[in-house]
Amino acid sequence: MKTKIMKNILMTTGVSLLTMGAINGYAQTNLSLWYHGAGNPVEAKIIDQIVADFNSNQSDWNVILESFPQESYNDSVIAAALAGNLPDILDVDGPVMPNWAWAGYLQPLNIDQTAIADFLPGTKGYWNGKLYSLGLWDAAVAMITRKSTLTEANIRIPTLEQPWTLTEFNAALLTLKQTGKFDYPLDLGLAWKGEWFPYAFSPFLQSFGGDIVDRSTYQSAEGVLNGDAAIAFGEWWQMLFEEGFSPGNSQDAADRETGLVDGKYAIQWNGNWTALNMLKAFGDDVLFLPAPDLGNGPKIGAASWQLGVSATTPHSQGAADFIKFATQDSYMAAFSDAIGLIPPTETSAAVSQHYQEGEPMATFYELSAQQAVLRPVTPGYVVAAKVFEKALADIADGADVADTLDNAADEINNDIRRNLGYGH
Amino acid sequence: MANITQDNHRLRLIVRYTVLSLIALIFIFPLIFMLVSSFKPDYQLLADTASLRAFLPVGDISLTNYEKAFERAPIFLFMFNSLLVTAVTVLLSLFFCSMAGFSFVFLNWRGKQLAFSIILATLIVPFETIAIPMLLMVSKLPWIGLEGLTWGWLNTYRVQIVPFIADGLTIFLFTQYFKDLPRELIEAARVEGSSWWQVYWRIVMPLSGPVIATAAILKFLVMYNQYLWPIMVTQQEQYRPVLVGLQYFFQLNTAWGEVMAYLTLITLPVLAFYLVLQRAFIASIASTGVKG
Repeated sequence: MKTKIMKNILMTTGVSLLTMGAINGYAQTNLSLWYHGAGNPVEAKIIDQIVADFNSNQSDWNVILESFPQESYNDSVIAAALAGNLPDILDVDGPVMPNWAWAGYLQPLNIDQTAIADFLPGTKGYWNGKLYSLGLWDAAVAMITRKSTLTEANIRIPTLEQPWTLTEFNAALLTLKQTGKFDYPLDLGLAWKGEWFPYAFSPFLQSFGGDIVDRSTYQSAEGVLNGDAAIAFGEWWQMLFEEGFSPGNSQDAADRETGLVDGKYAIQWNGNWTALNMLKAFGDDVLFLPAPDLGNGPKIGAASWQLGVSATTPHSQGAADFIKFATQDSYMAAFSDAIGLIPPTETSAAVSQHYQEGEPMATFYELSAQQAVLRPVTPGYVVAAKVFEKALADIADGADVADTLDNAADEINNDIRRNLGYGH
Repeated sequence: MANITQDNHRLRLIVRYTVLSLIALIFIFPLIFMLVSSFKPDYQLLADTASLRAFLPVGDISLTNYEKAFERAPIFLFMFNSLLVTAVTVLLSLFFCSMAGFSFVFLNWRGKQLAFSIILATLIVPFETIAIPMLLMVSKLPWIGLEGLTWGWLNTYRVQIVPFIADGLTIFLFTQYFKDLPRELIEAARVEGSSWWQVYWRIVMPLSGPVIATAAILKFLVMYNQYLWPIMVTQQEQYRPVLVGLQYFFQLNTAWGEVMAYLTLITLPVLAFYLVLQRAFIASIASTGVKG
């Protein structure tokens, strides 16, 4: 009897231990993922699919997605970092990444870099020589117009190989203004505030030969934001509004949305995210033109949202595995097909609907590959960007160019000093 | 003579009501714009902003924006969260702040004036300046619930309620109102043997309808419009309130019609609450001179 009881106890214990072992063996460790796409059902569907596929394709990790509205995402992350409540994986806007890495929110991303060698430069987030984040798409800006608009005004259609020069660009704006058909020949989009300013307009400054900050040291804006090239840029920028070439700071947001399609503007400086709508509106007549060469080569902004691993996660390899998993051509093409984003590799572009060779939006891929310049890769960018935005808005309103740029450079320099050089 | 006086009176009335109607229209135009726009497609909404059509339900009118808004965000969840947090905070705030006011007016205790001055001083401290210290505190507070002892209040309803129960303005409102209540009533009740609790609950509070309504409306607005604090303390969608939910609609290409539909929906509880309490609110403003 005793033996039987002992046997039962041993068997029960054995089975329990085996079961526990089996559960442990197959149990997936939860990984939290924060994403900025709440309120975007199209984007949510794709990211949900990636998470579901990852969770079912391996047995170690179970990613749990929490989406945030983009407008308040950065504030939520900063608050969570203060409260010690960061997730395992989080997405980060490309130019903000160095700040989060420097502040200790992110850790380097452990992904074989040869596997991402063919990614567009704007999709790879490097800080202090280490990869911290990786994007599933890039974004680019182009001059959007209609072929008929330019041909009727006898204006040469620029190409990637031969963009407009500064003289040509100014002459084209004057010609279009003189046609009397448009309220303004060029819509730069000053109705959009915030990151649009440095993203869309600092490439003009760089094309003149200036910059927001001296990238050789990242310790000063002196000479680059207020040097001769920057002042030439500032005077040209002010001229665009003084001559009535572009609507200024008081531009109506509604006009920004519909002005090109309504015929109020001849050319619009806008991103690839609007390209699908423009294709619908203009069909074959639409043109996506490269940025003008304002003296130092044509430039556009680069880097969009990217995925990174939080500094506090004990599961960095699982987080990196998920990010690597997400960089499959089919997923990157899915984002592109659904929202019009630029696929980050040639292979994903080739399987995408809008960026295949010969498709009108393929221009954006080439623009990203050939003209893109990253915004200054420094933690101080988040402050410098706001200073730059204010300076450009003031100059557009008629402020003295040299004084405004001097003050902006001083403000950026003071911020760098206050933050002890931001770790460069 | 009598006719002339009557005509003058009528003329004055016409002028007065015309002016009042115009002022009312100015205040109501944004609401009409919001409501009307919520039924229009984006292209029409944007095109109409330049004319009076913006205030008229004309053109391609439909409920599409509402359907899409419900697809984009869990609107009922956000409204439930906001109403729950707001209702509980308002009730608790009315209770505790009125008790504080009662104590300042009717009870004698050492340091009363100093405590009241400190509470008044908090009125000039903007929330933004204390938000981060508060975040650090609530992220480490203990709680005993169904799961036993846990640490940290983030991603809960209580983190959106407890820090806002007591506030200087509500205590001040009650204190000022209680000062005007007839002392004889209180003294008579005490002579009759009523406890302080009975005086508070049976005599003072039933006489305080207007100030309760005023404090409730002001608190309701503050709580229903919470934005910064929920962003900081709620990382999970299930606890987000309506104004954080509004951000769901601001994408790269903002769907303005959906924004208007969402705003219309979330404005309804505020209007309903105000309409229910408006008589008492106006009476309170008339009697205390408090402006909302």
